[in-house]
Amino acid sequence: MATRVLDQHDVRAVGHGEKTGLWSWITTVDHKRIGILYGTTAFIFFLLGGIEALLIRIQLGSPENTFLSAERYNELFTMHGTTMIFLAIMPLSAMFFNFMIPLQIGARDVAFPRLNAFSYWVFLAGGLFLNSSWLFGLAPDTGWFGYANLTSTQYSPGLNVDFWMIGLQVLGIASLAAAVNFFVTIVNLRAPGMKLMRMPMFVWMSFITQVLLLLAFPVITVALFLLMFDRFFGTHFFVPSGGGDPILWQHLFWIFGHPEVYILILPAFGIISEVLPVFSRKPLFGYAAMVFSGVFIAFLGFGVWAHHMFATGMGPIADAFFALSTMLIAIPTGVKIFNWMGTMWGGSLQFRTPMYFAIGFIAMFIIGGLSGVMHASPPADLQQTDTYFVVAHFHYVLFGGSIFGLTAGAYYWWPKMFGRMLNESLGKVHFWLMLIGFNLTFFPMHFLGLNGMPRRTYTYPKGLGFETLNQIETAGSFLLAVAFLVFLVNVFQSWRKPRNAPADPWNGATLEWSIPSPPQEFNFAEIPVVHGRDAFWEMKRERRGPLPEPARVSGRGIHMPNPSYWPVVAAIGVLAVLLSLMFLPHFGPLGVVVAAGVLFLGVFKWAFEPAG
Amino acid sequence: MPLRTTAWRSSRLVAALCLLTLVLAGCSPEHYPQTTLLPRGDFARIADDLLDTTVKWAVLVFVLVEGALVYSIFRFRGKPGDSEPHQTHGNTTVEIIWTVIPALILAAIAVPTVQAIFLTNATPKADALRIEVVGHQWWWEFRYPEYNLTTANEIHVPMGRTVSLHMGSADVIHSFWLPQFAAKRDVFANRETRLWFKAEVVGEYPGQCAEFCGIQHARMGYRIRAQKPEEFQAWVAHMQTLAPKPPPAAKPAPVPKPAAGARSDQEVRTASAGATVQPVAGQGPDYATGEKLFQAKGCVACHALYAVNAPKGMIGPNLANVGARSYIAAGTLKNTDENMARWIQNPQVIKKGVLMPNLGVTEPEARALVAFLRAHQ
Repeated sequence: MATRVLDQHDVRAVGHGEKTGLWSWITTVDHKRIGILYGTTAFIFFLLGGIEALLIRIQLGSPENTFLSAERYNELFTMHGTTMIFLAIMPLSAMFFNFMIPLQIGARDVAFPRLNAFSYWVFLAGGLFLNSSWLFGLAPDTGWFGYANLTSTQYSPGLNVDFWMIGLQVLGIASLAAAVNFFVTIVNLRAPGMKLMRMPMFVWMSFITQVLLLLAFPVITVALFLLMFDRFFGTHFFVPSGGGDPILWQHLFWIFGHPEVYILILPAFGIISEVLPVFSRKPLFGYAAMVFSGVFIAFLGFGVWAHHMFATGMGPIADAFFALSTMLIAIPTGVKIFNWMGTMWGGSLQFRTPMYFAIGFIAMFIIGGLSGVMHASPPADLQQTDTYFVVAHFHYVLFGGSIFGLTAGAYYWWPKMFGRMLNESLGKVHFWLMLIGFNLTFFPMHFLGLNGMPRRTYTYPKGLGFETLNQIETAGSFLLAVAFLVFLVNVFQSWRKPRNAPADPWNGATLEWSIPSPPQEFNFAEIPVVHGRDAFWEMKRERRGPLPEPARVSGRGIHMPNPSYWPVVAAIGVLAVLLSLMFLPHFGPLGVVVAAGVLFLGVFKWAFEPAG
Repeated sequence: MPLRTTAWRSSRLVAALCLLTLVLAGCSPEHYPQTTLLPRGDFARIADDLLDTTVKWAVLVFVLVEGALVYSIFRFRGKPGDSEPHQTHGNTTVEIIWTVIPALILAAIAVPTVQAIFLTNATPKADALRIEVVGHQWWWEFRYPEYNLTTANEIHVPMGRTVSLHMGSADVIHSFWLPQFAAKRDVFANRETRLWFKAEVVGEYPGQCAEFCGIQHARMGYRIRAQKPEEFQAWVAHMQTLAPKPPPAAKPAPVPKPAAGARSDQEVRTASAGATVQPVAGQGPDYATGEKLFQAKGCVACHALYAVNAPKGMIGPNLANVGARSYIAAGTLKNTDENMARWIQNPQVIKKGVLMPNLGVTEPEARALVAFLRAHQ
């Protein structure tokens, strides 16, 4: 196999596969293309969520502001949270899962390529559906946490909550399908010799993330179904007047919601654990401790959910249990931070853009971790919860953590994904603007929260002292927006230039750097054999120097799965079924039958389609 | 190296900006009437002490870890031509140390935390003043069963006596937050939640709902007045004069026997003895018109005008002493005649979604209603 070496200028060598055009992207089952689809879509949603944040910040820039109405503000903060969590950070991580897991473990694709396409299209359907609510002026308005019984038909009679509930349900299906896929991929498709304890740390953290997804998402799926029954069919699971209990929703939501926090941060942990060794020219410090601290965090992550609920008054035993379990999580998290610093210690630090963001991640995540310990203490949390102190905390974790980490990953893997180098100077400008803008926006929130500013309020009166800091925050948020404009300029410039990235621009440690940038459709002309951790460093060490630039080969004889449009049909079917339930009063049972028919057709044809 | 100077200059800028933020923000919680950092009650003090403990440890950890990070950035900066650094894979001793030290720090936080958890969850003594709090979309109802009084959006508490709050909701989940005196506790329609505190100083402070509860969550504020015991008793005595208008011969509603505090009970009785049934201040022709309008416009369907024996489950706030409150519409507007007239005429513009509809009240009608309500001191 893989006999004919192609000329670099051969048209067939361009791109990830041989085919181009819209239809080839719709029917693709190539994990790299699906990764790019995930990334592009998620980045657009990220910009949308950012615009929502800017509107929120303009509104809060001055007291008694009338820039936004109360309804619009409530819609914006609900959609900002929902978008950033489900439509930006999670799918941005999914971009790296898709693109990098097969490359890092030496595989030609994921275990179930068509299921992978299905995940993406369901995600896109869910994201578009959720955001289509804006067009009708019916955007969800009860917060990303959607606390019962505000979400009951009595207090939220409009379709706003339905859009949220069904949108999340659809996105959950996408996440679960993807989690099954990556779980099986990592278990089954590792290259010969890639034992579990030789896997790159990004693969390890991704693996743990899939386990979290598999265990946490069914809980929110059930909770959303119960809510759906309450709203569509008049049950009373969460309605106190009918004997239901709104606290049940909180437990279910946070049993999902807290592991979700680790679903959002663990991939960033993985990225940082890849970037730091490469740019310190030194292997990851304490590999085993990094693996087990990740496992421990994930395990404990299921035993801390009620720390979101201290104010509900659960009694001293429950308060004490959840306080202690929450504090316990700080230990493995601390181990991770110290091991990252141990990786840098004694290294030869190469200050390229990914390294800037990785170090920025450590610096900011420490702050988020420390404020987390502060409200692990229930009596103190009774003051902090539902104030801007909490808003500060989770933005230090999710922006200072996840987004800094994902940005580090974007700069690090960009050359591999697109075959083009990003501009280093612009990258550093991006970093400094983002670091300063981020701290200006979110650091003052600590003080605002402790000084009495509650969350989720569309305005605040004069005279409570909140004016100055809110102005600073609004200015900071625009600096953040400029930072991402600089990133867009960088991307645009690199896109206009010809491909210039070598296979291994950073002296990488892992297998993805052993193949051409961008990789060919089949990834590896020959499946590599792994003899230790940091497999590619090992190969280079054996040769005592850099390897020659890998050649593009024809790939004739390598079996790859055929493109298919049935996953798209099945994805449309999933959305159609839930829509038919939402509009049951309008379309009647016939709508459900038709929608289920579409879903069945998609799945049936997909199942009996020859694989290649 | 130009890049290096840029980076250096930027990092100085970051430092300067962070410092500026700290100076602007950290130094003066006095400028924040809703601050949690100047506790004025025992419960809030427990929370604040715990915060102090964790902040001290957090600052120590922050300085050490970020310091080490910044040190390694400068110390281990690679230079062109550097040979490959020593390839360490880990160090068991070091890793054990940096697992154990954080565990010890956490233990130092966990011990006072658990103590405070049990302290704050303790049931207050029987002589505590029981106040029932009911959250409504979007206002607060306060009942004093000891005195058979109901009021809204302005809670009065005596300094030096523990207050035991028994709380619920009329609709969705709210959270009753007393930043200066206690902390917050969610309120539910199907269960009672509790919170206690003892005010240590007098004064009037703002508070507000802290759990998102619908479109006007931001406009669900209230005021708390901590008063000297004698002032509080005078207020109770005055409130107990605000009894239902007919029948004039009826005695003021019986004062339920408090669990303890006989002296204050006696004061109440004395003060109640010669009470008139309706407030007299500011009665004029507008007052009479306003009184009629209050019936004609249907205000009476949702608002009670007396504090004693007031019915439970009213849709709108109790207005028995609305004329004397410092804010109206749950902390939305200062209680001036002008604001009250605006509010009566156009609640849906000022607080969209509020359950009070626009009732087509004309300007002279609003003036009359204000005169009537203003007399309810």
